[in-house]
Amino acid sequence: MSAATAVVSIKNLKLALPPGADRRYAVDDVSLDLTPGKILCVVGESGSGKSMCAHALMGLLPDTIGREAGEIVYDGHNLLALDETGWLALRGRHIAMVFQEPMTALNPLMRIGEQIAEMFEAHNLLTPKERTQKALQLLREVGLPDPERSMRAYPHQLSGGQRQRAMIAMALALEPAVLVADEPTTALDVTTQAQILKLIRDLQRSRNMAVMFITHDFGVVADIADRVIVLQHGKVVEQGAADDVLLRPQHSYTRALLAAVPSMQPPQRAPLAGRAKAVEVVGLDKTYVSGGGWFQPERRVRAANEVNFDILKGETLGLVGESGSGKSSVARLVMRLIEPDQGTIRLGDIDFTRIGGKELRKARSRIQMIFQDPFASLNPRRKVGNIIADGPIAHGTDAATAHKRAGELLGLVGLNASALERYPHEFSGGQRQRIGIARALALEPEIIVADEAVSALDVSVQAQVLNLLEDLKKRLGLSMLFITHDLRVAAQICDRIAVMQRGAIVELKPTAALFSAPEHAYTRELLAAVPGQTSSSRAA
Amino acid sequence: MLAFIAQRLAKAIVVLFAIVVLNFMLIRMAPGDPAVVMAGEAGASDQMFVNQLREKFGLDKPLPEQLFIYVKGIATLDLGFSFRQQAPVSQLIVERLPATLLLTLTAFAISLLLGILFGTLAARFAGTWLDTAVTIFSLIFYATPLFWVALMAILLFSVAVDWLPSFGYETVGANYTGLAHVLDVGAHLILPATTIGLFFMATYSRMTRASMLEVQRHDFVKTARAKGLRNAVIQRRHVLRNALLPVVTLAGLQAGTLVGGAVLTETVFAWPGIGRLMYEALLQRDYNLLLGVFVVCSAMVLAFNLITDLIYRSVDPRIEFAS
Repeated sequence: MSAATAVVSIKNLKLALPPGADRRYAVDDVSLDLTPGKILCVVGESGSGKSMCAHALMGLLPDTIGREAGEIVYDGHNLLALDETGWLALRGRHIAMVFQEPMTALNPLMRIGEQIAEMFEAHNLLTPKERTQKALQLLREVGLPDPERSMRAYPHQLSGGQRQRAMIAMALALEPAVLVADEPTTALDVTTQAQILKLIRDLQRSRNMAVMFITHDFGVVADIADRVIVLQHGKVVEQGAADDVLLRPQHSYTRALLAAVPSMQPPQRAPLAGRAKAVEVVGLDKTYVSGGGWFQPERRVRAANEVNFDILKGETLGLVGESGSGKSSVARLVMRLIEPDQGTIRLGDIDFTRIGGKELRKARSRIQMIFQDPFASLNPRRKVGNIIADGPIAHGTDAATAHKRAGELLGLVGLNASALERYPHEFSGGQRQRIGIARALALEPEIIVADEAVSALDVSVQAQVLNLLEDLKKRLGLSMLFITHDLRVAAQICDRIAVMQRGAIVELKPTAALFSAPEHAYTRELLAAVPGQTSSSRAA
Repeated sequence: MLAFIAQRLAKAIVVLFAIVVLNFMLIRMAPGDPAVVMAGEAGASDQMFVNQLREKFGLDKPLPEQLFIYVKGIATLDLGFSFRQQAPVSQLIVERLPATLLLTLTAFAISLLLGILFGTLAARFAGTWLDTAVTIFSLIFYATPLFWVALMAILLFSVAVDWLPSFGYETVGANYTGLAHVLDVGAHLILPATTIGLFFMATYSRMTRASMLEVQRHDFVKTARAKGLRNAVIQRRHVLRNALLPVVTLAGLQAGTLVGGAVLTETVFAWPGIGRLMYEALLQRDYNLLLGVFVVCSAMVLAFNLITDLIYRSVDPRIEFAS
């Protein structure tokens, strides 16, 4: 790829982090070219500097970041030398951006049509009437259903996928030469992700745009990239054509990242038949009712509809489905954090749904939860030791024993006992998730409910935490309800998988059988939408 | 939307009824008998005269019956009769209400406008000397007792430089009409309204500043920058509009309390409003008048809450009317 054909060239870019950061440079000597009609995927884990590259390209770097060296060449000019006025003319018109979270990236108080029309207004183009017409045309082009209505809609009235389509329409409004997409599908469900990826692909081809696509997901890379560049700690470790990087990675870091991507092939698992049931869920029903004042009609959402399943001792049951399918509601019901409308949950010999008061509090130690977000699920003002020891102390263990046990648990999850005296913010995401696991294990539960427990983690950390969970499950004889939207993760860790759609389980099968012979149409749709299947089969 | 208003009004009536009953009972439980006070002031404190007074004003009837008569009256907007002032309570309140509304709404507007203006400035120049100056300025007025600021303002602007009148609603005996009357009332309004306004300004400026800095960090602000919009447009259209949502909530809560809360200022500036009326009624054990003022103040709070909800719904599309 010669620089002559590139529309944007980043040359030896060096961006300094503010003093006190964990490293000196956010981006260290990065060079890359964006070529018309091609998609360059920038891959890396959190903190690798990939978003920083995107923001540099948009002139949106925070003031605390120092532009140490290098240049960004567009149309013969070095963008790093531009003043704010220069950037205003460039942003949106020549280089446009699509963000990760379409809900927060759109102004909640403005109609979609106004937000798109603003694009023209910012550059003093067209009359207000023409702007509206053009916005409508754009919404039609990105495939929004009922574009006239979507024009008048506020962001919260659209679904995640529709919002991202509106974002893309906005970015494309002024036909920019370069599109920067920062993790544009990470917040979306897998089937929606597949549609948005196709949309970006199609639009980029028809408009001959250069695209910088930032992602941490190698599945997405395999589906969309022409070229790939891998970043680690702000440095380029590898770049090349997509097939070369994915199938013949040269650098050990790239190889490690690729190896950490869970395979769609479930491993061989020992049969569990004949074991006793740890959890038995029969006819679980839950309907959320909102509204319903004096003059208001009620709004009803059925989160659990006749849900039945068992988890055997030592078994991991996966619960998969898209957002809003009722997975998390079932997890909360099983934990008895919310009350079911109907149905029974048995934990071993006790009926968990019929007990209350002291008996319930005692029984709660048998089932514990690991949460999705390791940042939000630990109290930031309490020391790790207290966080872990709280449960046992509440159940009558004396403080000294509980803290001693907390130290042992930290060892069990692979952390140093010195962590006891530190606060959650001093740890990385993966380490915090280990603390969360130690906290869940402190009450010596029989059952663990893991709600998207590895979804917020980078792929290499995710692999480590999955291994840890698998290992602990075997050693402690735990049963697990593992909730995930990621079918690759489910394939690796679950003995059986239940697929949920609109509150109901549509298919429940041993993992291998579900992947090789899915019966329900929705299961097949979910499996087909998992990104990166062509290349992983090539790689395998 | 009409269904929403109807629903809220129905709820408001229930709340108002509860307040009336509660106030009525509380006042009757307090020591002190208006008939005794009145008889004493008339210089005839013998038991027969007191009994006559009781009978005349219905105070000899059992308490539940008194309550029933009172509530029945309120249902027809009859707030009873002030024994002391020898006038219907509703008439007394209607005479005084415009002055209070004029004072409190002006003060409210001053506090909101200055608060939002200073808050926006402080957020725009966060961390600079201007930010600190705005913060100190607002906190001084917030931390200083209202009546003291009022007295100092009188000393400075009325006594020392004699720019503004120090008390009252209008110049007594001047009998201005037309524009002259408006200007006269306006001049009288400046000191009390500014005093109250400056006190409440601090909460709005702090809230606006914090809220703007928080909205500043949202992704949609980055989206707006990525469009190539000028910063002034981004601040006004994207940041300020979102940042004002919590300010609307706060303003609604405070607007309701302003009416009843003007007692102190109205007393210091001799402003002939509801606050002064309430103060006088309290001293004279004028039960009916006191209750009437309470009912009107409560109704104001409920009305402002409803207005706030309607405004909130019109500025935040995420809150929808039941359809």
